[in-house]
Amino acid sequence: MFTMFGATLLLAFREIRRHLLRSFLTTLGIIIGVAAVITMVTLGKGVTASVQDQISSLGSNVYIVFPVAGDRTAPRPFRESDVEAVRNQIAGVVRTAGSVSSSAVAFHNGADWSTSVQGVGNAFLEAQSIDIEQGRPFTAEEEASGQNVCMIGPKVRDAIFVPDASPLGENMRIGNVSCTVIAVLAERGQGGGPNQDQDNTVMMPLKTVQRRFTGSDDIQYFVVKYDSAYSSASIQESLIDLLRERRLLQEGADNDFNIIDTAQVNQAIGAATGALTAMVAVIAGISLLVGGIGIMNIMLVSVTERTREIGIRLAIGALAKEVRLQFLTEAVVLCCFGGLVGIGLAFLFSWSLAGVIDVPFVFDPAINIASFLFSAFMGIAFGYYPAARASKLDPIDALRHE
Amino acid sequence: MTGAPLIHLEGITKTFGQGAAAFQALKGVDMAIAEGDFVAVMGPSGSGKSTTMNILGCLDVPTGGVFRFRGVEVQSLDRDQRSLLRRKYLGFVFQGFNLLARTTAVENVELPLLYRGETAKDRRAAAMRSLDKVGLAPWADHTPAELSGGQQQRVAIARALVTDPAVLLADEPTGNLDTERSLEIMELLTDLNRQGITILMVTHEEEMAAYAKTIVHFRDGLVERVERGHRSGAPLEDV
Repeated sequence: MFTMFGATLLLAFREIRRHLLRSFLTTLGIIIGVAAVITMVTLGKGVTASVQDQISSLGSNVYIVFPVAGDRTAPRPFRESDVEAVRNQIAGVVRTAGSVSSSAVAFHNGADWSTSVQGVGNAFLEAQSIDIEQGRPFTAEEEASGQNVCMIGPKVRDAIFVPDASPLGENMRIGNVSCTVIAVLAERGQGGGPNQDQDNTVMMPLKTVQRRFTGSDDIQYFVVKYDSAYSSASIQESLIDLLRERRLLQEGADNDFNIIDTAQVNQAIGAATGALTAMVAVIAGISLLVGGIGIMNIMLVSVTERTREIGIRLAIGALAKEVRLQFLTEAVVLCCFGGLVGIGLAFLFSWSLAGVIDVPFVFDPAINIASFLFSAFMGIAFGYYPAARASKLDPIDALRHE
Repeated sequence: MTGAPLIHLEGITKTFGQGAAAFQALKGVDMAIAEGDFVAVMGPSGSGKSTTMNILGCLDVPTGGVFRFRGVEVQSLDRDQRSLLRRKYLGFVFQGFNLLARTTAVENVELPLLYRGETAKDRRAAAMRSLDKVGLAPWADHTPAELSGGQQQRVAIARALVTDPAVLLADEPTGNLDTERSLEIMELLTDLNRQGITILMVTHEEEMAAYAKTIVHFRDGLVERVERGHRSGAPLEDV
């Protein structure tokens, strides 16, 4: 049986080699189909990874807590004491950091640039995993007394500072406030935070921004970093209870604040992009189906063309099932060949397209294997009818066929 | 010299089509062929000789009657059982050679062995032996297009022989060849017959039929007469 199958495979390869161009054109549909499906899924995974990566850049095991507007009331900001209470009273909370921000224009050396000024402390930088590219963090003194020092995002540096010269120690003006640059922040890309472009920002001590820009002790939002050994759900529960109590919410009243859990957001985004990817893959899969019909078409032509050969095979004692197996093998080999070429093309496409649209190239073995198996299945599905037709030919008629 | 009975036809009828369009090609053919015989089947076209050959070759089944091959009643076998019978006992040579184009001589000869589950090495060796028997070993790697008609028919004969069949069925084997090549093919068939293979040949040329031991004449779907050929050792006579 093994030698029989080996011989059938050999025949299939011979036949494909004899009609190399036709074989290639026949499988083109499968090639394109497989390449399209894999490319779509790979790019989809890349986009998901890219978005989730940006969300993770907000820090892991981090909540962002911000007030929301009620039906008839404006959002009620937090107080510094709320942030402290969360840090001191909830087990598992490692760090909290409040923040305020305001839009402002930065000036330096005659250039101006629209940006936002954010009041933060070192704790905020740590909780949000914001790195300093060059320079130093705030000192305790600077934070405590709200001095006029600032850290600038890379976009701000590029916009108003001279290239190739270090901005550290330079004086710039933000709004009406003059400040000394003490650090340049590392690049973080687009983010999901309150200020969308995380690289276009100027960070100053919280007290400085409260005093010079927002004019109150309010905290617009704060981040909570928790120990991953604790259950996220139980910390969230305590957090909600504590904030409701501090904000004097009546039993039954809605929360007038919101807690964003980056892990949950990541999950939600993964689910949404996953569904989108699946939908696009199904659309691409239709071209695979069309490719399968192409295989059937050519296999039918091939059976007609080789009627006499089939007659010879039947006359010298081939069983119907052996003739069927031969044609089926040819169709499957063609489809597998198409699948392999498609996988190769998909690798090229998705790798280069990932570069073009700037998402990571995420090689997914599962979709590659699945597409290959599916193309082989197409060979069986669409090769069966032509093969069955070949095997049912009458040897006498087939031998007479011109 | 007559061997054991190999083939028995009793009252074989064959009708094509149905109802008013029905055409009875065979009207009750009786025939017995002994092992080691060389039978030439002759007759005008439409006389039923091809239909008989198709039945003898187990490619077709009779409408009525009994066809015994080595005691097995072939008319009651199904399609696959007849295929296995052909694979095991029969070799075919056709008028149009029927070689696979763009396939070398040795690959053509190997073809029947593919269905026997032999290894590639054994297939190649057997095919080369068979090509050697017909004197074409040096042309093993040539495709049919590169061979003359006579050579192509030799490849076809080598293909029929490669399975060591009991019976060789030849349908107008010299029909597409000139006289000289035809005589060469007939010499080859005669030689194979001497080695013990039973040969059934359809021909319309007296000259070729003369090589046979037995000549069967068909007319209107019936065996008209059977005569002993020159090579049977007996003088020509009606039986």
